[in-house]
Amino acid sequence: MDCFVGIDLGSTTTKAVIVNDDGRIVGRGITNSRSNYDVAARVARTEAFTNARFDMLGRALEQEAGQDAAFTAALASNYRLECFLGQLQRLEDHCQRDLDSDRYRDDRRAMGHALEVILEGVRRDAHAVYAGNASARSDFFRDLAGASYIEHAAQVAREGGPAFDRLVGLFDRNIIPVENEQETRGFEELLLAALGRTGRANPGVATVLQRVAGSTMREVSAVGTGYGRVRLPFPKENIRSEILCHGLGAHLMFPGTRTVLDIGGQDTKAIQVDENGVVTSFQMNDRCAAGCGRYLGYIADEMNIGLHELGPLALGATRRIKINSTCTVFAGAEFRDRLAAGQAREDIVAGLHRAIILRAMSLLARSGGIRNQFTFTGGVGRNQAAVKALGEVASDNYGTLEINIAPDSIYTGAIGAATFALRSAGSGVSAN
Amino acid sequence: MSTAIKDLSQDRQKRMIAGHYAELSHAKESGRKVVYTFVPGNLTELLNNLGLLPVLPEINALQSGMRGKTGDYIHIAEKAGHSEDVCTYVKADIGMLKSGNLGPTGEPLPKPDLLLLSYTGCFTFLKWFELLKREYDCPVVMLHVPYQGDGRITEQMRRYVADQLRDEVIPALEKLAGRKLDYAKLRQQLALSAQAESDLVWVLESAKHKPSPIDAYFGGVYYIGPIFTSFRGTQDAVDYYQLLREEVEQRIREGLGPVTPEGTMHEEKYRIVVEGPPNWTSFREFWRMFYGEGAVVVASSYTKVGGLYDRGFRHNPDQPLETLADYCMGCYTNLNLPDRINLLEKYINEYAADGFLINSVKSCNSFSAGQLLILRELEKRTGRSGGFIESDLVDPRYFSAANIKNRLESYFQMVEAKRARS
Repeated sequence: MDCFVGIDLGSTTTKAVIVNDDGRIVGRGITNSRSNYDVAARVARTEAFTNARFDMLGRALEQEAGQDAAFTAALASNYRLECFLGQLQRLEDHCQRDLDSDRYRDDRRAMGHALEVILEGVRRDAHAVYAGNASARSDFFRDLAGASYIEHAAQVAREGGPAFDRLVGLFDRNIIPVENEQETRGFEELLLAALGRTGRANPGVATVLQRVAGSTMREVSAVGTGYGRVRLPFPKENIRSEILCHGLGAHLMFPGTRTVLDIGGQDTKAIQVDENGVVTSFQMNDRCAAGCGRYLGYIADEMNIGLHELGPLALGATRRIKINSTCTVFAGAEFRDRLAAGQAREDIVAGLHRAIILRAMSLLARSGGIRNQFTFTGGVGRNQAAVKALGEVASDNYGTLEINIAPDSIYTGAIGAATFALRSAGSGVSAN
Repeated sequence: MSTAIKDLSQDRQKRMIAGHYAELSHAKESGRKVVYTFVPGNLTELLNNLGLLPVLPEINALQSGMRGKTGDYIHIAEKAGHSEDVCTYVKADIGMLKSGNLGPTGEPLPKPDLLLLSYTGCFTFLKWFELLKREYDCPVVMLHVPYQGDGRITEQMRRYVADQLRDEVIPALEKLAGRKLDYAKLRQQLALSAQAESDLVWVLESAKHKPSPIDAYFGGVYYIGPIFTSFRGTQDAVDYYQLLREEVEQRIREGLGPVTPEGTMHEEKYRIVVEGPPNWTSFREFWRMFYGEGAVVVASSYTKVGGLYDRGFRHNPDQPLETLADYCMGCYTNLNLPDRINLLEKYINEYAADGFLINSVKSCNSFSAGQLLILRELEKRTGRSGGFIESDLVDPRYFSAANIKNRLESYFQMVEAKRARS
C-alpha cells in the first residue's frame, strides 16, 4: 500500500496521520511531545503505521477469517497492553540499575522490595484498563503508568515502606529514558503475543495476521507541521505551516467549513478558508499563551485531576462566574483565590472555560469574524464544557451557526499535512 | 547568496552620519547650539541655515536598538517610573539620557539648547518633550501641525503652519543662533531638498521592476537615512542620492535583486507591501525571515513617515514657509486612515504586490490604532492576502522570534496557495 504521512509536532502532543492514495485516512498515531521532538515524531509515526496495519487487519480478518470488529478491537487492546508491559519492563530495568547507585546505599533492599510491589500493582491496573474494566486518565504511558505508580507508592509508604517522595523520585528519574526508547519487538511479534492474550480465534487468523504484518507499506511522501516541524528531516517544501494544515484538515473533515478555530496547547488560531480549504486570512495569539490549552492543563494540575476530567466537572456548574484573567501563569492563583472566596469548584471551572472562549472570540473577530460553517479543532475541542461555552458565545455574537467538531479533531493538522503530502506526490511539485 | 559587498553609497552615508555625531560630540567646544527635534515634520533646512545642530531622539533610540543597548535603557526608564505601556522610543531615550547620554557611536551627545516640537500625528511627541524639558530645563518651541482629518490640506491650514513658522519657530531659532535666517540661502537649500527627493523617489519606485533591485523596507530604512535626519537641503544629500540612484540603475541593468546582509537575493518569490515600522532590536533576524523565504518588500509606509514624496510633493524654493508647512502636514503619520488605506492600495496595485503585511507595534498607539481595519479594507479592495504580525520598536522583550517566524511562514505559504489556486 502506498502511504502519505502527515506529522503535526505540537507543543503538547505529536500526531501522525497516514492517508492512502485515495486520500482515505488509514492510520493515526499520537504521543506526548516531551522535550524530544525527534522521539515524539518517531513514536507517533510508528503508532500511525501500526494503526494503519490494524485497519488492514480488521478488513482482512472479517473477510478471510470471519472475525468480527469486536475481535479486532480486543486484539488491538491486547496489542497496546503488550506495548505497555514492554515499556513497564524497561522502566523496571532502569529503576533496578538506578537502585545499584550510591544514592540507595542505605535502603536498597527496602526500595527494591517496594518497587516490586508497586510495579506489580501497575501491571494489575494495566490489565484492567486494557480489558476495558477501568477508566484511563490518558492514553500515554507516562500518565497511565505514573498515576498508577503514585497510587501504589502512596499505599506502600502508608504501610511502613520507604517514604513516598523517595519512591516517586525513583519513577521521575527513570521515566525519561523509557519515553525516549523505542519498542524493540516488531509488529508481528507484538501481534502474535496479543493474539495469545485474546484467545478464541477462528482458524486461519494467524495466517491473516502474518500476511498483513508482512505486507509492504510504502511511505511515498511525508509533510511535517506544528511547532517542532523544523526538527523533521524533510526538505523545506515538505514543511508546511500549521495554519494551512489546519485549514485544509478542517475542510477535509467538513467541506462546508469557512471559519476554523483551533485551540492548541500554546496557541490559538482563528482561520478563514475558502471553498477549497485554502486559507484566506488568519490570526494567532501573540507572545503569550493566555487562554490556550496549557491554561486548562495548569488548572487540572492545580486541582490534581486529569485534563479530561475538567470538562465534565465544569458541566456540573450551577452559577455563572465571570473570570477575566486568562493568564496561564496566574491560573492557579486565580483558582485558589476563587475557592477562598467560597465559590464552587464546578462554577469556577465553568467560568475559566468561558474565559478562554471569550479570548478566542477576540481573535476570531480580528481574523474576520465567524462564517458558517464553523469548525472547532485542536485538543480543547475534546472538552465538552469548552464546546458548550463556544456554542453559547458564538451564537450570541454571530447568530445561528453550524458548529462542527470531529471526534478526532486533534488530528486536524496532521490530516491536512498528510493530504498535502498526497497532493505534492501527485503533482510532483510542492504541496499546495 | 553571493558575498556581501558594501555599496559605495552605504559607505558614504556611514561617513556622513559619523561626521554628524562627531560634530555633536564637539558642539560645546565649537560653540554650536543644539536643537532636539523629531523626524516627522523636521525642519532641518531652518536649523542648518542658522548653524544649529539637530539631534533626533527616535534615531538615537532605533540606533541603540540595533546595537542591543535598549533592553538596559528601557529597564532604567521603567525603574524611574515609566510604565510598560509607554512608547519604547521614549523609554530608550530616557534610559540613554540617564546612562550618560552616549550616542549610538559611543560619543557623548550634547544637551539641548532648545526642544523643537514639530507635532505630526504622534501624541507621544508632546509628552516626550515634556519629559525632556524637565530633564534638561531648556525652552520648548512648538509647531502645531494640523491633522489631515479630511484628507486634504486647505489654504487655512497651510497659512496656520506658515504663520507659526514665521512668528514663533523662526524667531526662537534666530534668538538661539544669534543671527537672522538667510532667506536666499533657504531657497537654495530647498532646491537641493527637492533634487534629493526626486532621486529618492526614483530609487523607491525602482521596486516596480521585476525583480525588484531594492528592498523598500529593510533596505529602504537605510535609503531614507540622510533625508530623514540632518542632511535634507544639503549638497551631501544630493550627492548621496545621485550615487544611490546610479547603483540601483546598475542593478537593474544587471537584473539583480536586492542587497541583503548575506549578499544579493537571487529568487524573488513574493512581492510584499508592508505597513508599520520594523523591529530594530532583531532587525537582521527579522529581515532574514523575509529574504530567507524569497520575500521582497516592494513598498512600505514606514519609509514615508519623515516625508511623503511619491505623490508628487517636492519642497518648493519659491514658497519657503508654505512648502515647509506642506511637508509637515504631508508626512505619513499625519494622514487619516482612509488616506493611509488609499496609499497602501495604490502601492499594492502599482508595485504588483502579491500581498501586504502589517507589523503592528504594541507600544505605538497612534500608529497601530486602526491597523486591523486597514487590513480588512485592503483585503476587500485588492483581493490579495493580508498578514498581521506584532512586535515592538526597541523593546527586545516584545520580539518573539518563533512566533513571528511561524506567522510569516504561514503567511507566505498562504500567498503561495492562493496564487496556485488562481
